[in-house]
Amino acid sequence: MTILVIAEHDNKVLAPATLNTVAAAAKIGGDIHVLVAGQGAGAVAEAAAKIAGVAKVLVADNAAYAHQLPENVAPLVAELGAGYSHILAAATSNGKNILPRVAAQLDVDQISEIISVESADTFKRPIYAGNAIATVQSTAAVKVITVRATGFDPVAAEGGSAAVEAVAAAHDAGKSSFVGEELAKSDRPELTAAKIVVSGGRGMQNGDNFKHLYALADKLGAAVGASRAAVDAGFVPNDMQVGQTGKIVAPQLYIAVGISGAIQHLAGMKDSKVIVAINKDEEAPIFQVADYGLVADLFEAVPELEKLV
Amino acid sequence: MKVLVAVKRVVDYNVKVRVKADNSGVDLANVKMSMNPFCEIAVEEAVRLKEKGVATEIVVVSIGPSTAQEQLRTALALGADRAILVESAEDLTSLAVAKLLKAVVDKEQPSLVILGKQAIDSDNNQTGQMLAALSGYGQGTFASKVEVSGDNVAVTREIDGGAQTVSLKLPAIITTDLRLNEPRYASLPNIMKAKKKPLEVLTPDALGVSTASTNKTLKVEAPAARSAGIKVKSVAELVEKLKNEAKVI
Repeated sequence: MTILVIAEHDNKVLAPATLNTVAAAAKIGGDIHVLVAGQGAGAVAEAAAKIAGVAKVLVADNAAYAHQLPENVAPLVAELGAGYSHILAAATSNGKNILPRVAAQLDVDQISEIISVESADTFKRPIYAGNAIATVQSTAAVKVITVRATGFDPVAAEGGSAAVEAVAAAHDAGKSSFVGEELAKSDRPELTAAKIVVSGGRGMQNGDNFKHLYALADKLGAAVGASRAAVDAGFVPNDMQVGQTGKIVAPQLYIAVGISGAIQHLAGMKDSKVIVAINKDEEAPIFQVADYGLVADLFEAVPELEKLV
Repeated sequence: MKVLVAVKRVVDYNVKVRVKADNSGVDLANVKMSMNPFCEIAVEEAVRLKEKGVATEIVVVSIGPSTAQEQLRTALALGADRAILVESAEDLTSLAVAKLLKAVVDKEQPSLVILGKQAIDSDNNQTGQMLAALSGYGQGTFASKVEVSGDNVAVTREIDGGAQTVSLKLPAIITTDLRLNEPRYASLPNIMKAKKKPLEVLTPDALGVSTASTNKTLKVEAPAARSAGIKVKSVAELVEKLKNEAKVI
Protein backbone atom coordinates (compact mmCIF):
# COMPACT_ATOMS: atom_id res chain seq x y z
CA MET A 1 0.00 0.00 0.00
CA THR A 2 1.26 3.42 -0.92
CA ILE A 3 -0.58 6.57 0.06
CA LEU A 4 -0.47 9.89 -1.77
CA VAL A 5 -0.96 12.97 0.42
CA ILE A 6 -1.67 16.28 -1.30
CA ALA A 7 0.32 19.06 0.38
CA GLU A 8 -1.63 22.15 1.43
CA HIS A 9 0.42 25.27 0.79
CA ASP A 10 0.54 28.76 -0.69
CA ASN A 11 3.75 28.18 -2.74
CA LYS A 12 5.80 29.58 0.16
CA VAL A 13 4.79 27.82 3.37
CA LEU A 14 3.55 24.29 4.01
CA ALA A 15 0.24 24.54 5.89
CA PRO A 16 0.05 22.74 9.27
CA ALA A 17 -3.06 20.80 8.14
CA THR A 18 -0.69 18.73 5.96
CA LEU A 19 0.84 17.28 9.14
CA ASN A 20 -2.58 16.13 10.38
CA THR A 21 -3.25 14.57 6.98
CA VAL A 22 0.06 12.69 7.08
CA ALA A 23 -0.95 11.50 10.58
CA ALA A 24 -4.14 10.01 9.11
CA ALA A 25 -2.06 8.38 6.37
CA ALA A 26 0.25 6.89 9.00
CA LYS A 27 -2.76 5.34 10.75
CA ILE A 28 -3.80 3.68 7.48
CA GLY A 29 -0.26 2.29 7.16
CA GLY A 30 2.06 1.93 4.16
CA ASP A 31 4.53 4.17 2.34
CA ILE A 32 3.56 7.84 2.34
CA HIS A 33 4.32 10.08 -0.63
CA VAL A 34 3.53 13.80 -0.60
CA LEU A 35 2.60 15.74 -3.76
CA VAL A 36 3.50 19.42 -3.88
CA ALA A 37 1.75 20.97 -6.88
CA GLY A 38 2.43 24.66 -7.33
CA GLN A 39 4.76 27.20 -8.83
CA GLY A 40 8.13 28.07 -7.31
CA ALA A 41 7.25 25.94 -4.31
CA GLY A 42 10.78 24.68 -3.60
CA ALA A 43 10.66 25.69 0.05
CA VAL A 44 7.39 23.80 0.47
CA ALA A 45 8.92 20.66 -1.04
CA GLU A 46 11.90 20.94 1.32
CA ALA A 47 9.57 21.29 4.30
CA ALA A 48 7.51 18.32 3.10
CA ALA A 49 10.65 16.17 2.81
CA LYS A 50 11.39 16.78 6.49
CA ILE A 51 7.99 15.56 7.72
CA ALA A 52 8.39 12.47 9.91
CA GLY A 53 7.24 9.32 8.10
CA VAL A 54 7.23 10.66 4.55
CA ALA A 55 9.07 8.39 2.09
CA LYS A 56 9.00 10.52 -1.06
CA VAL A 57 8.02 14.01 -2.16
CA LEU A 58 6.74 14.60 -5.69
CA VAL A 59 7.02 18.15 -6.98
CA ALA A 60 4.94 19.35 -9.91
CA ASP A 61 6.17 22.86 -10.61
CA ASN A 62 4.19 24.61 -13.31
CA ALA A 63 2.48 27.96 -13.84
CA ALA A 64 -0.80 26.05 -14.34
CA TYR A 65 -0.71 24.93 -10.70
CA ALA A 66 0.21 28.31 -9.18
CA HIS A 67 -3.23 29.03 -7.75
CA GLN A 68 -4.41 25.47 -7.17
CA LEU A 69 -7.06 25.74 -9.88
CA PRO A 70 -8.93 22.41 -9.69
CA GLU A 71 -9.37 22.18 -13.47
CA ASN A 72 -5.57 21.87 -13.74
CA VAL A 73 -4.56 20.23 -10.46
CA ALA A 74 -7.24 17.50 -10.41
CA PRO A 75 -6.09 15.83 -13.67
CA LEU A 76 -2.53 15.84 -12.30
CA VAL A 77 -3.60 14.20 -9.04
CA ALA A 78 -5.84 11.71 -10.85
CA GLU A 79 -3.01 10.76 -13.23
CA LEU A 80 -0.42 10.33 -10.46
CA GLY A 81 -2.89 8.95 -7.93
CA ALA A 82 -4.21 6.12 -10.11
CA GLY A 83 -1.30 3.94 -8.96
CA TYR A 84 -1.83 4.56 -5.25
CA SER A 85 -4.07 2.76 -2.73
CA HIS A 86 -5.23 6.02 -1.12
CA ILE A 87 -5.26 9.73 -2.00
CA LEU A 88 -5.59 12.01 0.99
CA ALA A 89 -5.99 15.77 1.31
CA ALA A 90 -6.82 18.03 4.21
CA ALA A 91 -10.47 19.13 4.35
CA THR A 92 -9.49 22.76 3.72
CA SER A 93 -11.15 24.93 1.09
CA ASN A 94 -8.47 23.72 -1.37
CA GLY A 95 -8.83 20.06 -0.48
CA LYS A 96 -12.62 20.22 -0.71
CA ASN A 97 -12.37 22.01 -4.03
CA ILE A 98 -9.95 19.65 -5.73
CA LEU A 99 -10.43 16.14 -4.35
CA PRO A 100 -14.04 15.39 -5.43
CA ARG A 101 -12.97 16.34 -8.95
CA VAL A 102 -10.16 13.79 -8.66
CA ALA A 103 -12.54 11.11 -7.33
CA ALA A 104 -14.98 11.62 -10.22
CA GLN A 105 -12.13 11.41 -12.74
CA LEU A 106 -11.09 8.10 -11.16
CA ASP A 107 -14.77 7.03 -11.08
CA VAL A 108 -14.82 6.33 -7.32
CA ASP A 109 -16.87 7.69 -4.45
CA GLN A 110 -15.07 10.01 -2.07
CA ILE A 111 -15.17 9.91 1.73
CA SER A 112 -15.27 13.47 3.12
CA GLU A 113 -13.87 14.78 6.40
CA ILE A 114 -12.86 11.56 8.13
CA ILE A 115 -12.24 11.88 11.88
CA SER A 116 -10.81 8.42 12.47
CA VAL A 117 -9.26 5.47 10.67
CA GLU A 118 -10.80 2.11 11.63
CA SER A 119 -8.83 0.08 9.08
CA ALA A 120 -7.28 0.61 5.65
CA ASP A 121 -10.74 0.67 4.04
CA THR A 122 -13.04 1.79 6.89
CA PHE A 123 -13.35 5.30 8.28
CA LYS A 124 -15.56 7.37 10.57
CA ARG A 125 -17.03 10.71 9.57
CA PRO A 126 -19.63 13.06 11.02
CA ILE A 127 -22.93 13.64 9.22
CA TYR A 128 -25.97 15.85 9.99
CA ALA A 129 -23.83 18.69 11.39
CA GLY A 130 -21.98 16.28 13.68
CA ASN A 131 -25.17 14.89 15.24
CA ALA A 132 -24.34 11.42 13.94
CA ILE A 133 -21.13 9.57 13.19
CA ALA A 134 -21.13 7.26 10.18
CA THR A 135 -18.72 4.35 9.73
CA VAL A 136 -18.05 4.06 6.01
CA GLN A 137 -16.29 1.31 4.10
CA SER A 138 -14.77 1.89 0.67
CA THR A 139 -14.31 -0.85 -1.91
CA ALA A 140 -12.71 1.54 -4.40
CA ALA A 141 -9.37 0.55 -5.94
CA VAL A 142 -8.11 4.04 -5.06
CA LYS A 143 -9.64 5.45 -1.88
CA VAL A 144 -10.09 9.20 -2.15
CA ILE A 145 -10.44 10.86 1.24
CA THR A 146 -10.41 14.30 2.82
CA VAL A 147 -9.19 14.50 6.42
CA ARG A 148 -10.61 16.71 9.15
CA ALA A 149 -7.46 18.12 10.75
CA THR A 150 -8.92 18.26 14.27
CA GLY A 151 -9.49 14.49 14.20
CA PHE A 152 -5.76 13.70 14.06
CA ASP A 153 -2.78 14.90 16.10
CA PRO A 154 -0.14 16.27 13.70
CA VAL A 155 3.02 14.27 13.01
CA ALA A 156 6.38 15.92 13.67
CA ALA A 157 7.37 18.52 11.08
CA GLU A 158 11.04 17.55 11.45
CA GLY A 159 12.94 14.29 11.48
CA GLY A 160 12.21 12.88 8.03
CA SER A 161 14.54 12.91 5.05
CA ALA A 162 12.45 11.99 2.04
CA ALA A 163 13.75 12.05 -1.51
CA VAL A 164 12.41 14.86 -3.66
CA GLU A 165 11.42 13.95 -7.21
CA ALA A 166 10.24 16.28 -9.96
CA VAL A 167 7.08 15.40 -11.89
CA ALA A 168 6.94 16.58 -15.46
CA ALA A 169 3.20 16.24 -16.06
CA ALA A 170 1.64 19.55 -17.03
CA HIS A 171 -2.11 19.91 -17.30
CA ASP A 172 -3.64 23.18 -18.36
CA ALA A 173 -7.32 22.67 -19.09
CA GLY A 174 -7.76 26.28 -20.19
CA LYS A 175 -11.20 26.39 -18.55
CA SER A 176 -10.37 28.78 -15.75
CA SER A 177 -8.02 31.53 -14.71
CA PHE A 178 -7.07 33.21 -11.46
CA VAL A 179 -8.19 36.85 -11.24
CA GLY A 180 -7.20 37.93 -7.75
CA GLU A 181 -7.57 37.35 -4.07
CA GLU A 182 -8.18 39.31 -0.93
CA LEU A 183 -6.70 37.71 2.15
CA ALA A 184 -7.58 38.82 5.65
CA LYS A 185 -4.53 40.02 7.54
CA SER A 186 -4.10 38.91 11.12
CA ASP A 187 -1.21 38.64 13.56
CA ARG A 188 -3.15 36.25 15.77
CA PRO A 189 -2.75 32.46 15.51
CA GLU A 190 -4.60 30.72 12.72
CA LEU A 191 -8.12 29.77 13.81
CA THR A 192 -7.99 26.07 12.94
CA ALA A 193 -4.60 25.53 14.61
CA ALA A 194 -4.93 27.76 17.70
CA LYS A 195 -4.73 26.23 21.20
CA ILE A 196 -7.25 28.76 22.49
CA VAL A 197 -10.15 30.27 20.54
CA VAL A 198 -12.31 33.18 21.69
CA SER A 199 -15.53 33.53 19.66
CA GLY A 200 -18.22 36.16 19.56
CA GLY A 201 -21.81 35.99 18.41
CA ARG A 202 -24.81 38.21 17.88
CA GLY A 203 -24.55 39.26 21.54
CA MET A 204 -21.48 41.36 20.66
CA GLN A 205 -23.98 43.83 19.12
CA ASN A 206 -21.52 45.40 16.65
CA GLY A 207 -18.12 44.98 15.05
CA ASP A 208 -16.50 47.60 17.25
CA ASN A 209 -17.30 45.58 20.37
CA PHE A 210 -15.13 42.74 19.08
CA LYS A 211 -12.20 44.82 20.43
CA HIS A 212 -13.02 43.34 23.84
CA LEU A 213 -12.50 39.84 22.41
CA TYR A 214 -9.30 40.87 20.59
CA ALA A 215 -7.87 42.23 23.84
CA LEU A 216 -8.72 39.01 25.68
CA ALA A 217 -7.39 36.90 22.79
CA ASP A 218 -4.09 38.78 22.71
CA LYS A 219 -3.61 38.21 26.43
CA LEU A 220 -4.28 34.46 25.99
CA GLY A 221 -2.41 34.09 22.69
CA ALA A 222 -5.73 33.00 21.21
CA ALA A 223 -7.38 33.16 17.79
CA VAL A 224 -10.71 34.96 17.39
CA GLY A 225 -13.71 33.27 15.80
CA ALA A 226 -17.35 34.13 15.29
CA SER A 227 -20.79 32.63 14.87
CA ARG A 228 -22.72 32.91 11.61
CA ALA A 229 -24.94 35.57 13.18
CA ALA A 230 -21.91 37.79 13.82
CA VAL A 231 -20.64 37.27 10.27
CA ASP A 232 -24.03 37.84 8.62
CA ALA A 233 -24.49 41.01 10.65
CA GLY A 234 -21.19 42.25 9.21
CA PHE A 235 -19.38 42.43 12.57
CA VAL A 236 -16.44 40.38 11.24
CA PRO A 237 -15.33 38.77 7.93
CA ASN A 238 -16.56 35.35 6.71
CA ASP A 239 -13.30 33.55 7.22
CA MET A 240 -13.75 33.90 11.00
CA GLN A 241 -16.92 31.78 11.01
CA VAL A 242 -16.84 28.63 13.13
CA GLY A 243 -19.47 25.99 12.39
CA GLN A 244 -20.86 23.38 9.98
CA THR A 245 -20.32 25.68 7.02
CA GLY A 246 -17.35 27.60 8.38
CA LYS A 247 -14.23 26.33 10.08
CA ILE A 248 -14.06 23.27 12.32
CA VAL A 249 -11.91 23.86 15.41
CA ALA A 250 -10.98 21.70 18.38
CA PRO A 251 -8.74 23.82 20.61
CA GLN A 252 -7.75 23.15 24.22
CA LEU A 253 -10.03 25.99 25.28
CA TYR A 254 -12.99 27.50 23.43
CA ILE A 255 -14.59 30.59 24.93
CA ALA A 256 -18.03 31.34 23.42
CA VAL A 257 -19.15 34.89 24.15
CA GLY A 258 -22.67 36.02 23.33
CA ILE A 259 -23.29 32.85 21.26
CA SER A 260 -26.56 30.99 21.80
CA GLY A 261 -25.21 27.67 20.53
CA ALA A 262 -27.24 26.70 17.44
CA ILE A 263 -26.74 23.16 16.05
CA GLN A 264 -24.75 24.57 13.13
CA HIS A 265 -22.32 26.43 15.41
CA LEU A 266 -21.83 23.48 17.77
CA ALA A 267 -20.87 21.36 14.71
CA GLY A 268 -17.72 23.47 14.42
CA MET A 269 -16.49 23.50 18.02
CA LYS A 270 -17.98 20.78 20.20
CA ASP A 271 -14.82 18.67 20.05
CA SER A 272 -12.91 21.37 21.93
CA LYS A 273 -11.31 20.04 25.13
CA VAL A 274 -12.76 22.67 27.44
CA ILE A 275 -15.70 24.90 26.50
CA VAL A 276 -16.51 28.09 28.36
CA ALA A 277 -19.76 29.96 27.71
CA ILE A 278 -20.44 33.54 28.72
CA ASN A 279 -24.04 34.47 28.05
CA LYS A 280 -26.67 36.47 29.85
CA ASP A 281 -29.44 34.04 28.83
CA GLU A 282 -29.18 31.09 31.21
CA GLU A 283 -31.45 29.05 28.92
CA ALA A 284 -29.06 29.36 25.95
CA PRO A 285 -28.31 25.91 24.44
CA ILE A 286 -24.57 26.66 24.58
CA PHE A 287 -24.68 25.92 28.33
CA GLN A 288 -25.57 22.29 27.53
CA VAL A 289 -22.13 21.69 26.03
CA ALA A 290 -20.11 24.13 28.16
CA ASP A 291 -17.79 22.75 30.83
CA TYR A 292 -17.89 26.10 32.58
CA GLY A 293 -20.79 28.44 32.13
CA LEU A 294 -21.05 32.02 33.36
CA VAL A 295 -24.40 33.76 33.25
CA ALA A 296 -23.37 37.38 32.98
CA ASP A 297 -23.35 40.48 30.80
CA LEU A 298 -20.43 39.97 28.44
CA PHE A 299 -19.56 43.67 28.47
CA GLU A 300 -18.72 43.36 32.17
CA ALA A 301 -17.41 39.79 32.21
CA VAL A 302 -15.02 39.94 29.24
CA PRO A 303 -12.99 43.01 30.39
CA GLU A 304 -12.83 41.53 33.89
CA LEU A 305 -11.68 38.19 32.48
CA GLU A 306 -9.00 39.99 30.47
CA LYS A 307 -7.71 41.65 33.65
CA LEU A 308 -7.62 38.42 35.64
CA VAL A 309 -5.89 36.06 33.19
CA MET B 1 -28.91 31.47 -21.59
CA LYS B 2 -30.29 28.42 -19.84
CA VAL B 3 -29.50 27.85 -16.17
CA LEU B 4 -29.85 24.45 -14.50
CA VAL B 5 -30.23 24.39 -10.72
CA ALA B 6 -29.96 21.23 -8.61
CA VAL B 7 -31.94 21.04 -5.37
CA LYS B 8 -32.02 18.41 -2.64
CA ARG B 9 -34.75 17.42 -0.21
CA VAL B 10 -33.18 17.16 3.25
CA VAL B 11 -34.20 17.15 6.89
CA ASP B 12 -35.03 20.72 7.97
CA TYR B 13 -31.99 22.51 9.37
CA ASN B 14 -33.71 23.24 12.68
CA VAL B 15 -34.43 19.58 13.43
CA LYS B 16 -32.11 17.86 15.87
CA VAL B 17 -31.86 14.41 14.35
CA ARG B 18 -31.76 11.17 16.33
CA VAL B 19 -29.83 8.07 15.47
CA LYS B 20 -31.95 4.90 15.07
CA ALA B 21 -31.61 2.32 17.83
CA ASP B 22 -30.33 -0.32 15.39
CA ASN B 23 -27.58 2.07 14.18
CA SER B 24 -28.71 1.76 10.57
CA GLY B 25 -29.10 5.50 10.10
CA VAL B 26 -30.90 8.52 11.47
CA ASP B 27 -34.62 8.49 12.10
CA LEU B 28 -36.35 10.48 9.37
CA ALA B 29 -39.89 9.18 9.93
CA ASN B 30 -42.29 12.06 10.59
CA VAL B 31 -39.48 14.62 10.55
CA LYS B 32 -39.94 17.95 8.77
CA MET B 33 -38.19 17.99 5.39
CA SER B 34 -37.19 21.09 3.42
CA MET B 35 -35.08 22.28 0.54
CA ASN B 36 -31.39 22.21 1.52
CA PRO B 37 -30.48 25.82 2.53
CA PHE B 38 -27.60 26.05 0.06
CA CYS B 39 -29.93 24.92 -2.74
CA GLU B 40 -32.32 27.77 -1.84
CA ILE B 41 -29.42 30.14 -2.38
CA ALA B 42 -28.72 28.47 -5.75
CA VAL B 43 -32.34 28.92 -6.87
CA GLU B 44 -32.30 32.56 -5.73
CA GLU B 45 -29.13 33.28 -7.70
CA ALA B 46 -30.64 31.77 -10.86
CA VAL B 47 -33.81 33.84 -10.42
CA ARG B 48 -31.72 37.00 -9.97
CA LEU B 49 -29.79 36.18 -13.15
CA LYS B 50 -33.12 35.91 -14.94
CA GLU B 51 -34.33 39.20 -13.48
CA LYS B 52 -31.12 40.84 -14.75
CA GLY B 53 -31.85 39.49 -18.22
CA VAL B 54 -28.82 37.20 -18.19
CA ALA B 55 -30.74 33.94 -17.87
CA THR B 56 -33.64 33.16 -20.18
CA GLU B 57 -34.81 29.87 -18.71
CA ILE B 58 -34.34 28.21 -15.33
CA VAL B 59 -34.64 24.44 -15.13
CA VAL B 60 -34.61 22.97 -11.64
CA VAL B 61 -33.70 19.33 -11.08
CA SER B 62 -33.86 17.05 -8.07
CA ILE B 63 -32.79 13.46 -7.62
CA GLY B 64 -34.58 11.47 -4.97
CA PRO B 65 -37.91 10.02 -3.87
CA SER B 66 -41.23 11.13 -5.38
CA THR B 67 -41.77 13.37 -2.34
CA ALA B 68 -38.92 15.57 -3.65
CA GLN B 69 -41.60 17.00 -5.99
CA GLU B 70 -42.52 19.26 -3.05
CA GLN B 71 -39.08 20.88 -3.14
CA LEU B 72 -39.28 21.21 -6.93
CA ARG B 73 -42.67 22.95 -6.60
CA THR B 74 -41.06 25.29 -4.05
CA ALA B 75 -38.33 26.13 -6.56
CA LEU B 76 -40.97 26.71 -9.26
CA ALA B 77 -42.81 29.05 -6.89
CA LEU B 78 -39.57 30.96 -6.35
CA GLY B 79 -39.19 31.57 -10.09
CA ALA B 80 -37.90 28.45 -11.87
CA ASP B 81 -39.62 27.77 -15.20
CA ARG B 82 -39.80 23.99 -15.22
CA ALA B 83 -38.69 21.02 -13.19
CA ILE B 84 -37.18 17.59 -13.65
CA LEU B 85 -37.30 14.84 -11.04
CA VAL B 86 -35.01 11.88 -11.44
CA GLU B 87 -36.85 9.47 -9.24
CA SER B 88 -34.83 7.04 -7.16
CA ALA B 89 -35.89 5.52 -3.87
CA GLU B 90 -32.40 4.47 -2.77
CA ASP B 91 -29.86 6.60 -0.99
CA LEU B 92 -27.47 7.74 -3.69
CA THR B 93 -23.85 8.78 -3.26
CA SER B 94 -22.55 12.10 -4.56
CA LEU B 95 -20.90 10.37 -7.51
CA ALA B 96 -24.16 8.69 -8.53
CA VAL B 97 -25.98 12.03 -8.25
CA ALA B 98 -23.24 13.74 -10.28
CA LYS B 99 -23.58 11.09 -13.01
CA LEU B 100 -27.35 11.57 -13.14
CA LEU B 101 -26.91 15.34 -13.27
CA LYS B 102 -24.37 14.90 -16.08
CA ALA B 103 -27.02 13.02 -18.07
CA VAL B 104 -29.47 15.88 -17.45
CA VAL B 105 -26.79 18.41 -18.47
CA ASP B 106 -26.21 16.49 -21.72
CA LYS B 107 -29.94 16.56 -22.40
CA GLU B 108 -30.59 20.20 -21.45
CA GLN B 109 -27.28 21.81 -22.48
CA PRO B 110 -27.38 24.64 -19.92
CA SER B 111 -24.74 27.41 -19.95
CA LEU B 112 -24.56 27.48 -16.19
CA VAL B 113 -25.28 24.87 -13.53
CA ILE B 114 -25.76 26.10 -9.98
CA LEU B 115 -25.69 23.79 -6.95
CA GLY B 116 -25.36 24.30 -3.20
CA LYS B 117 -21.88 23.85 -1.77
CA GLN B 118 -23.02 21.00 0.47
CA ALA B 119 -26.14 19.24 1.67
CA ILE B 120 -26.71 19.56 5.41
CA ASP B 121 -27.55 15.86 5.79
CA SER B 122 -24.55 14.08 4.28
CA ASP B 123 -22.22 17.11 4.65
CA ASN B 124 -20.23 15.75 1.70
CA ASN B 125 -19.44 18.85 -0.35
CA GLN B 126 -18.71 16.77 -3.47
CA THR B 127 -21.50 16.80 -6.07
CA GLY B 128 -20.72 20.12 -7.82
CA GLN B 129 -17.03 19.32 -8.14
CA MET B 130 -17.80 15.81 -9.42
CA LEU B 131 -20.30 17.11 -11.97
CA ALA B 132 -17.67 19.61 -13.16
CA ALA B 133 -15.16 16.78 -13.60
CA LEU B 134 -17.61 14.54 -15.47
CA SER B 135 -18.75 17.31 -17.81
CA GLY B 136 -15.24 18.74 -18.21
CA TYR B 137 -16.43 22.23 -17.20
CA GLY B 138 -14.72 24.76 -14.98
CA GLN B 139 -15.91 24.99 -11.38
CA GLY B 140 -16.52 27.99 -9.14
CA THR B 141 -17.09 26.47 -5.70
CA PHE B 142 -18.16 28.24 -2.47
CA ALA B 143 -19.30 31.28 -4.48
CA SER B 144 -20.10 34.53 -2.71
CA LYS B 145 -20.44 36.57 -5.92
CA VAL B 146 -21.26 35.62 -9.52
CA GLU B 147 -20.91 37.91 -12.53
CA VAL B 148 -21.61 36.72 -16.05
CA SER B 149 -20.01 38.71 -18.87
CA GLY B 150 -20.08 37.37 -22.41
CA ASP B 151 -18.67 33.86 -22.57
CA ASN B 152 -17.18 34.01 -19.08
CA VAL B 153 -18.33 34.07 -15.52
CA ALA B 154 -16.32 35.69 -12.72
CA VAL B 155 -16.84 33.88 -9.43
CA THR B 156 -15.67 35.23 -6.09
CA ARG B 157 -15.09 32.29 -3.77
CA GLU B 158 -14.89 32.03 0.00
CA ILE B 159 -11.54 30.43 0.84
CA ASP B 160 -9.86 29.71 4.18
CA GLY B 161 -7.91 32.96 4.36
CA GLY B 162 -10.41 35.33 2.72
CA ALA B 163 -11.80 35.58 -0.80
CA GLN B 164 -10.53 34.56 -4.25
CA THR B 165 -11.85 35.48 -7.67
CA VAL B 166 -11.58 33.15 -10.65
CA SER B 167 -12.81 33.53 -14.21
CA LEU B 168 -14.44 30.50 -15.83
CA LYS B 169 -15.34 29.80 -19.45
CA LEU B 170 -19.02 29.04 -19.95
CA PRO B 171 -20.55 26.53 -19.62
CA ALA B 172 -19.48 26.25 -16.00
CA ILE B 173 -20.51 24.81 -12.64
CA ILE B 174 -21.05 27.02 -9.60
CA THR B 175 -21.66 25.95 -6.00
CA THR B 176 -23.14 28.48 -3.60
CA ASP B 177 -21.88 29.61 -0.22
CA LEU B 178 -24.02 31.21 2.47
CA ARG B 179 -23.09 34.78 1.61
CA LEU B 180 -24.04 34.66 -2.07
CA ASN B 181 -27.52 36.06 -1.46
CA GLU B 182 -30.54 36.11 0.81
CA PRO B 183 -33.19 33.76 -0.62
CA ARG B 184 -36.72 35.19 -1.06
CA TYR B 185 -39.93 33.63 0.19
CA ALA B 186 -42.51 32.21 -2.17
CA SER B 187 -45.72 34.25 -2.30
CA LEU B 188 -49.10 32.53 -2.19
CA PRO B 189 -50.05 33.48 -5.79
CA ASN B 190 -46.69 32.14 -6.98
CA ILE B 191 -47.21 28.90 -5.04
CA MET B 192 -50.57 28.49 -6.84
CA LYS B 193 -49.03 29.28 -10.23
CA ALA B 194 -46.19 26.82 -9.57
CA LYS B 195 -48.70 23.97 -9.48
CA LYS B 196 -49.31 24.49 -13.20
CA LYS B 197 -45.65 24.64 -14.26
CA PRO B 198 -44.29 21.54 -16.04
CA LEU B 199 -42.61 18.81 -13.97
CA GLU B 200 -41.03 15.91 -15.83
CA VAL B 201 -40.27 12.64 -14.05
CA LEU B 202 -37.35 10.51 -15.23
CA THR B 203 -35.58 7.43 -13.90
CA PRO B 204 -31.85 6.57 -13.69
CA ASP B 205 -32.55 3.70 -16.11
CA ALA B 206 -34.13 6.03 -18.65
CA LEU B 207 -31.03 8.22 -18.43
CA GLY B 208 -28.83 5.14 -18.84
CA VAL B 209 -26.89 5.81 -15.62
CA SER B 210 -25.66 3.17 -13.20
CA THR B 211 -25.88 4.31 -9.59
CA ALA B 212 -23.58 1.59 -8.20
CA SER B 213 -21.37 2.79 -5.39
CA THR B 214 -17.91 2.06 -3.96
CA ASN B 215 -18.96 3.33 -0.52
CA LYS B 216 -20.96 1.40 2.05
CA THR B 217 -22.21 2.79 5.35
CA LEU B 218 -21.66 0.08 7.96
CA LYS B 219 -23.29 1.88 10.87
CA VAL B 220 -24.41 5.25 12.17
CA GLU B 221 -23.93 6.13 15.83
CA ALA B 222 -24.68 9.04 18.10
CA PRO B 223 -21.59 11.13 18.85
CA ALA B 224 -19.98 10.78 22.27
CA ALA B 225 -21.90 12.96 24.72
CA ARG B 226 -20.01 15.63 26.63
CA SER B 227 -20.14 15.24 30.40
CA ALA B 228 -22.25 17.86 32.11
CA GLY B 229 -20.49 21.09 32.99
CA ILE B 230 -20.95 23.45 35.88
CA LYS B 231 -22.08 27.06 36.18
CA VAL B 232 -19.61 29.38 37.87
CA LYS B 233 -20.75 32.41 39.84
CA SER B 234 -18.07 34.93 38.98
CA VAL B 235 -15.26 35.70 36.56
CA ALA B 236 -12.76 35.14 39.39
CA GLU B 237 -14.13 31.63 39.94
CA LEU B 238 -14.00 30.95 36.19
CA VAL B 239 -10.34 31.97 36.00
CA GLU B 240 -9.52 29.87 39.06
CA LYS B 241 -11.20 26.79 37.50
CA LEU B 242 -9.47 27.28 34.15
CA LYS B 243 -6.08 27.63 35.84
CA ASN B 244 -6.26 24.95 38.53
CA GLU B 245 -8.93 22.48 37.49
CA ALA B 246 -8.89 22.43 33.68
CA LYS B 247 -5.29 23.72 33.48
CA VAL B 248 -5.86 25.28 30.06
CA ILE B 249 -4.54 28.79 30.76
